[in-house]
Amino acid sequence: MSGPSSGCGFLMSVVVHGDLALNEQEKDLNQRLRRLYPAVNEEETPLPRSWSPKDKFSYIGLSQNNLRVHYKGHGKTPKDAASVRATHPIPAACGVYYFEVKIISKGRDGYVKYMGIGLSAQGVNMNRLPGWDKHSYGYHGDDGHSFCSSGTGQPYGPTFTTGDVIGCCVNLINNTCFYTKNGHSLGIAFTDLPPNLYPTVGLQTPGEVVDANFGQHPFVFDIEDYMREWRTKIQAQIDRFPIGEREGEWQAMIQKMVASYLVHHSYCATAEVFAKSTDQAVHEELASIKNRQKIQKLVLSGRMGEAIETTQQLYPSLLELNPDLLFMLKVRQFIEMVNGTDSEVRCLGGRSPKSQDSYPGSPRLFNSPVHKANVITDHLHFLLSPGFDSNYCNGVSSSKGHTLAHSHKSCPRTMPSPELGVLNGSRGQQTNVGAEVEMEVDHFSNGVFLCSKRQLCGGSQAAIERMIQFGRELQSMSEHLRRERGKNSANKKMLKDAFSLLAYSDPWISPVGYQLDSIRREPVCSTLNSAILETHNLPKQPPLALAVGQAAQCLSLMARTGSGSCAFASVDDYLH
Amino acid sequence: MMACLLEAPLRISVLSEVTATSRHYVDRLFDPDPQNVLQGVIDMKNAVIGNNKQKANLIVLGAVPRLLYLLQQSSSSLELRTECAVVLGSLAMGTENNIKSLVDCHIIPALLQGLLCSDLIFIEACLRCLRTVFISPVTPVQLLYTDPTVIPHLMSLLSRSRHTKEYITQIFAHCCKTPEHQTVLFNHSAIQNIAPLLISPSDKVRMQALKCFSVLAYENTQVSMTLVNVLVDGEQLSQVFVRMMQRDKPIEMQLTAAKCLTYMCRAGAIRTDDNCIILKTLPCLVRMCSKERLLEERVEGAETLAYLMEPDVELQRIASFTDHLVSMLADYFKYPSSVSAITDIKRLDHDLKHAHELRQAAFKLYASLGSNDEDIRKKITETENMMDRIVSGLSESSIKVRLAAVRCLHSLSRSVQQLRTSFHDHAVWKPLMKLLQNAPDEVLVMASSTLCNLLLEFSPSKEPILDSGVIELLCSLTQSDSPALRVNGIWALMNMAFQADQKVKVEIVRALGTEQLFRLLSDPDTNVLMKTLGLLRNLLSTRPHIDQIMSSHGKQIMQAVTLILEGEHSIEVKEQTLCILANIADGNTAKELIMTNDDMLQKIKYYMGHSNVKLQLAATFCISNLIWNEEDGSQERQDKLKDMGFVDILHKLTQASDPNLCDRAKTAMQQYLA
Repeated sequence: MSGPSSGCGFLMSVVVHGDLALNEQEKDLNQRLRRLYPAVNEEETPLPRSWSPKDKFSYIGLSQNNLRVHYKGHGKTPKDAASVRATHPIPAACGVYYFEVKIISKGRDGYVKYMGIGLSAQGVNMNRLPGWDKHSYGYHGDDGHSFCSSGTGQPYGPTFTTGDVIGCCVNLINNTCFYTKNGHSLGIAFTDLPPNLYPTVGLQTPGEVVDANFGQHPFVFDIEDYMREWRTKIQAQIDRFPIGEREGEWQAMIQKMVASYLVHHSYCATAEVFAKSTDQAVHEELASIKNRQKIQKLVLSGRMGEAIETTQQLYPSLLELNPDLLFMLKVRQFIEMVNGTDSEVRCLGGRSPKSQDSYPGSPRLFNSPVHKANVITDHLHFLLSPGFDSNYCNGVSSSKGHTLAHSHKSCPRTMPSPELGVLNGSRGQQTNVGAEVEMEVDHFSNGVFLCSKRQLCGGSQAAIERMIQFGRELQSMSEHLRRERGKNSANKKMLKDAFSLLAYSDPWISPVGYQLDSIRREPVCSTLNSAILETHNLPKQPPLALAVGQAAQCLSLMARTGSGSCAFASVDDYLH
Repeated sequence: MMACLLEAPLRISVLSEVTATSRHYVDRLFDPDPQNVLQGVIDMKNAVIGNNKQKANLIVLGAVPRLLYLLQQSSSSLELRTECAVVLGSLAMGTENNIKSLVDCHIIPALLQGLLCSDLIFIEACLRCLRTVFISPVTPVQLLYTDPTVIPHLMSLLSRSRHTKEYITQIFAHCCKTPEHQTVLFNHSAIQNIAPLLISPSDKVRMQALKCFSVLAYENTQVSMTLVNVLVDGEQLSQVFVRMMQRDKPIEMQLTAAKCLTYMCRAGAIRTDDNCIILKTLPCLVRMCSKERLLEERVEGAETLAYLMEPDVELQRIASFTDHLVSMLADYFKYPSSVSAITDIKRLDHDLKHAHELRQAAFKLYASLGSNDEDIRKKITETENMMDRIVSGLSESSIKVRLAAVRCLHSLSRSVQQLRTSFHDHAVWKPLMKLLQNAPDEVLVMASSTLCNLLLEFSPSKEPILDSGVIELLCSLTQSDSPALRVNGIWALMNMAFQADQKVKVEIVRALGTEQLFRLLSDPDTNVLMKTLGLLRNLLSTRPHIDQIMSSHGKQIMQAVTLILEGEHSIEVKEQTLCILANIADGNTAKELIMTNDDMLQKIKYYMGHSNVKLQLAATFCISNLIWNEEDGSQERQDKLKDMGFVDILHKLTQASDPNLCDRAKTAMQQYLA
């Protein structure tokens, strides 16, 4: 996201600059694999992308990014057979896996055209054709037979030769395999396949050449249509899954889960009505729920200063005991200041923190070009004072944290007088604690949040000064925390990212601009909410979220233990 | 008998109780207060829902004419008229007998009349009832077309609401059964009106619209050609159908979309090598044959697939290796399975009902698969028990199965190898002969055509068939009214006569009789004429046979030859006739029949100078036989023909540009030089 890495990317693109097509292919491949196998976690189980130069017999030669295979042995007897496996085994989370092999040349005349396409487990002898040994499976071009871990084949499909495209599909749900020829399915070839098989090809004729397609190009066979069928099957199975033996048990449980979810997220009015109509008890006092709701609304509307204030008021010891939490809240407050949404800067911008139509989007307030230019230069000046590396503009490297801190101190010139703003802000907020606070959730959809209208801290000079002041406080808080509680890389990164916003003339479109998105308020909100609930000895996660988490965990466990149906049972499909 | 008598009074008493309550409902329809009538109809509606007995009772008690009267009466309130239509719709939902009674009461014209009303709710109720009536197999679909204003009016109502769309398309889909129906609907812009419904948000509407297209396009070139150019929301119709064949769509939708594309392809509107056929329709239909599908779907899938690939060998080849189709079809013969009999009686009943359909569909598909490619035929005959299945299929009680089995046999009989091996091993000629004794024409055509192949000279079945008295049977076929049967009969005789013993030839001539032979020579069907000439040619081969037949039938044969050469016939017919003449010229005594016939010699002379090389060649061949040196009297014949100017012609022909003709003329000239 930041300077160093993008610089690196630039260097790389210079190096391979002659092979733009290759980059395109790589991009196509990644896109296609993501679309075909969305459930695969490639960090755990990488997908096969090419043949392995390490896992092949010496008679096999590889070229064209290890996608082209040619035979370079004598090809006189079956002892000259040679195979190559793909770089990785097929992950179970694919559900349905598919690759194609195009026969570029059937090899020299006068030889029997032994050529096998299939699957084999790791460790199977590579001086053989796929299918001849245990845990090895192949479809051979010379006779069209299938070989299932045996030296003798079974009649299976047509023969194949130069120009033909042979596909191999592994169904990891029922552990079967079928082949395709030029886009036509030939029917099941193998059943009861073991897990962790590698795509494999074997050749035995001088001059034989085949190309693999692991997703680099569109497939000849419509594999996505086949996947659609299996997705439908699995989903029908889930829909028809029998639940709760006893009458009403299932319903009661669901209601309980929904109610606890509503309470957890302090949708108190809804929770109250729901509990009443489903005849349930709520295990938290209504006042307590309302308090949490109030705080959450403040966080979600970006009014962090008020949120912190209210929390301290309602739960006096909570933030004291959780300095990391407080730090996180303050960092968010800093971000909201940049955004122009935090109460402290909003009041400096000439608006009451209570004003409901308020958000940087309101053009009436931000049209005026008053400070624009100066503002930017000013704050950059502040950041780029002595000791500050100009590299910073490209993003923040981890070592720059100190420099930033240093620059704060060395730049008293721009020190604002913040007291008024802060007091105003908190006072205004305090007096309004009892009042309803509106959530601002749809400011983007209002369409008024136009890029050209966005200005730092809402465009007010005073607000910018206050923000910078706040930044310094935050910096010293960070240092204090480190002294007290030792290094905390999460905190460090959080602060670094937040400060990075100031390095750009338009933070909203910068690589770190995502922080300004209102959606980023949600994790902050839920962490704070969980912390409050924990002090009341209530679960920090609602049972519903727990169940969703468990389902997701189950799916990844299925992926690890080789149950392919996890591919077509994404939890997300059921949440929307 | 006794039991019946005892039971009767009891049944009557129960019936009277039921009718008493039912009568009450009917009586209320006659109440003078319209408000009471309305309430009565509403109560009746609630009483009949899901109650077939109640429905039958009300019909017996005469509720229908009264309801129809109320429905048609303009003085009735719209609400009452609508409720009447709803009750009638509910009555129609009952048994087939209910539908019959409703149709007998002229419900259809009454409801169609109702569609002229402007109220949508009432229209929908009428359409719903009409739909239920029309989709019943007991309703004559013709009733939809009696009044020519009905179809255009239905077209105009089509887009009124989701329900009008669903009901009207469903009516069309069920009532389009003949080419005339297709034309009527087509002429009233059915395609333009229904095409947009293919992307309707309602599943039911989409499905019914799709069904409409499948019945409209079936064997209809005009419709099919129009369909390829139709765009739905900017997309070609064929692509819309392809999307409907996606594997996550309902099976019925996939199958019906595949039918539409199949019909369009067979009508020539889509090429057989188009991706939407080769990569989409064909695999979709193969999937429909799989064990996972319902028995009905497997039948339709196999029949449609057979139809799709019938004329195209490439499609046959692809299908033959797609998803193990050939062995998958073997499963069609396993119903009812031994398992279904044990597990439950309902399943057994279901399987039994579909067993015939499955078998005939499989035979049809095998027939289509094997109609061109020798390797596929081999694959089929090697399928488990295949020949046994065909043999038993030939003698099944169901005509459909017998016909399909003989079609399959016919397709496989095009293979020389199969004729020599599996056909002989399984003595398929026996059931085939039995089938020929007594069968409807369509079965006879296929069976006799198969027999033609079995009578080819290399077929080992030829001998046993001859011994079974087949000649009489074939001769009787030549007297059939059906040209196809006459062709097959005479064709089989022709094959039989090829290089046959004298005994067989004499038997053929005797059994057929010269009268019938000459009747066939003037047959209006060219095919029959050609095969009859072929038979004559085969009969008149080898010298002793020629002389023998010509000595007994020479006069008539010469007459027939004259007649054909003088008549308006195709080149092929004349060539065949000249070949017969050449054969006659090869006989020892038979030659004289030509030599003494100056008129015939003039004809030969004429054809030697004809513009068509084939005819010239055949005529020259004839002359060459007449002047052949080694035979008795050749000198006189040579002299006579020389006098008639044949030598000059032959001399001219030695300069012909056609090498064959040139050679033939030179060989003939050499006879004079020797």
